[in-house]
Amino acid sequence: MSFPWAKEYTPASGFTKWIDEKLPLPRFVYNAVGGGYPVPRNLNYMWNFGVLAGFCLMLQIVTGVVLAMHYAANAQVAFGTVEHIMRDVNWGWMLRYMHANGASFFFLVLYLHIFRGLFYSSYKAPREMIWLLGVVIFLLAMATAFMGYVLPWGQMSFWGAKVITGLFSAIPFVGEPIQIWLLGGFAPDNAALNRFFSLHFLLPFVIAGVVILHIWALHIPGSSNPTGVEIKSESDTVPFHPYYTAKDGFGLGVFLIIYCVVVFFLPNMLGHPDNYIEANPLSTPAHIVPEWYFYPFYAILRAFTFDFILEAKLWGVLAMFSSILLWFLLPWLDRSPVRSGHYRPLFRTFFVILLIDMAVLFYCGGAPAEEPYVMISQIATAYYFLHFLVILPIVSSIEKPKPLPYSITEAVLGSDKKAVLGENTQPAT
Amino acid sequence: MIRILSALAGLVFAGVVLLAFVMGATTWLTEEPMHSADHEFHLEAHGPEAGYSFDGPVGKWDVAQLQRGLKVYSEVCAACHSLKFVAFRDLEQIGYSEAQVKAFAATKQVPGIDPNTGESVMRPGEPTDYFPSPFPNAVAAAAANNNAIPPDLSLMTKARHHGSDYVYSLLTGYTDPATFEKDGKRLMEEFPDFQTPLGLYFNPYFANLNLAMAPPLGVDGQVTYDDGTEATVSQMSADVSAFLTWTAEPKLVERKQTGFAVLVFLLFATVLAYFAKRQVWSSVKPKKG
Repeated sequence: MSFPWAKEYTPASGFTKWIDEKLPLPRFVYNAVGGGYPVPRNLNYMWNFGVLAGFCLMLQIVTGVVLAMHYAANAQVAFGTVEHIMRDVNWGWMLRYMHANGASFFFLVLYLHIFRGLFYSSYKAPREMIWLLGVVIFLLAMATAFMGYVLPWGQMSFWGAKVITGLFSAIPFVGEPIQIWLLGGFAPDNAALNRFFSLHFLLPFVIAGVVILHIWALHIPGSSNPTGVEIKSESDTVPFHPYYTAKDGFGLGVFLIIYCVVVFFLPNMLGHPDNYIEANPLSTPAHIVPEWYFYPFYAILRAFTFDFILEAKLWGVLAMFSSILLWFLLPWLDRSPVRSGHYRPLFRTFFVILLIDMAVLFYCGGAPAEEPYVMISQIATAYYFLHFLVILPIVSSIEKPKPLPYSITEAVLGSDKKAVLGENTQPAT
Repeated sequence: MIRILSALAGLVFAGVVLLAFVMGATTWLTEEPMHSADHEFHLEAHGPEAGYSFDGPVGKWDVAQLQRGLKVYSEVCAACHSLKFVAFRDLEQIGYSEAQVKAFAATKQVPGIDPNTGESVMRPGEPTDYFPSPFPNAVAAAAANNNAIPPDLSLMTKARHHGSDYVYSLLTGYTDPATFEKDGKRLMEEFPDFQTPLGLYFNPYFANLNLAMAPPLGVDGQVTYDDGTEATVSQMSADVSAFLTWTAEPKLVERKQTGFAVLVFLLFATVLAYFAKRQVWSSVKPKKG
């Protein structure tokens, strides 16, 4: 599972030796995120977001568990208990703002992590399983975030739940019964709120489980790197600790500063005012929009406005789910032997177009469902599907990539002869 | 095989959505664009000219203003609007003593139970009670107000975009539609059929321009301030908006102050982390040049 030059864990004291014989947990940690995991020496800051995503998950679980101690998942009182947390619970306002904005920052980090994977083709062999598990994590995170947004039982909570569960009613024949079964009634009410709370509490731990698989799968081939050239020798790597613990530590500091500026000074910037109005089934908000991290997919859902053989709504639902599920196919769609976008000029051009396309979808998803936003989102949706399913496979077979460096060491030092590491893998003192 | 099937799926999705685009574009080109008074004559909310004391990252409550705002709420707004998430005890946070809070609470009648007979009665409030609702239930509220239920005000300044400014603008923004103009265009010239329905009041800051609430602060001096501040409509509106900002976010100042302490700590820790990272990496970084 690792490279032959990986340092081995040696228990120093009698106690750690005793532990190592009974339950080699310290050895496990050492090999996973310690000195025993050799990592490419050329990782840039885009490789920081995996650790940050893990941190966000922990943050959400810790703040969420404490919030759950003061919250009641009952449609009669849910809105009031959230206000109770904001007003009467010691530091409750801080916990709630950390949790609500924590979800936004979790998604921000996940998106950057995913874009990193897309640009550097981290999904390619031998790392397909890491990518597949990553998409599973993303889907679970979306479900968790959606159900979490319902819990404060504000107007957007209620109508968001109604719209999203309403998507299932687009399924022919069985759609309506499925929606009623999911909600436990004809419209979101106590039954729905209660089960959403139960699942919102459960799913983060499922995510944590899949994250462990994700990291396990990562440790088999080891981390990819910005050149996309596989590790050839010891001089290509540095031990994870202290090199990447130090680098990720700095990245975490920068992340926390931005996060805390939002939590303490702009805590409602990413939310929607309507969710400070208690849920009212008799009054529909003028614009029902999801949280910002769902905007691109919401735009895809709303782009299908024409009944072509199937109902427009069903097309929208199929397209929205397909837009994420198609990520599962990426390892087999992009067959270029070169991983890094740095050495793929044509791929790189289309990648930039994809980023612009996603930004357009993002903007349209948050805009009201009127012209010209719908027309713009339709063009952007078409490009989204063409990019992944048509353009990417064609580009990967016709493109002539630039020459790759011989090794990571050569990419960093200009030559692989005067490798400075070798036996000298100790950090500077 | 996967790639052929995927390409087909991609072409189908792109084809259907482009078909929808063509249909949408045709309609858009052939039909008259939406043209409505509330779309074109709605005004963006703005705060009082002097701004609020709690604006910006270091802003604090103006306690005297919050107390004036409480008086405006109690004497004007409370006739129709509840404040159900605020308890009398909370008023200690805006500069009242325990005894003052107790005395204030006792002036309000809240629903209670007669300890001898168990019957529902009204009793004087205690500090632990919440501000009572002016109506026993939503049906009564609707019946008394031409079917428009006056919303609870506890969270109003967070439940609207730019809420503090919105409340101020709405309270000072009632005007005559006959003379109203925006950007040099007169409402009555652009929309000659425009009419404020009977029982509603024209207010360009309200989303659909016609509001069920009659102008609540009509004349200067409607409220007599204890601290001698001149009670102009603008002053009363600013004070009650400030008060409602406090009711919506009572921990606002505490939050910002905590934020500064947290940021100072994080900046220091991050600078340390940066130098630690440089130190650790110094032996493996290629020398420049």
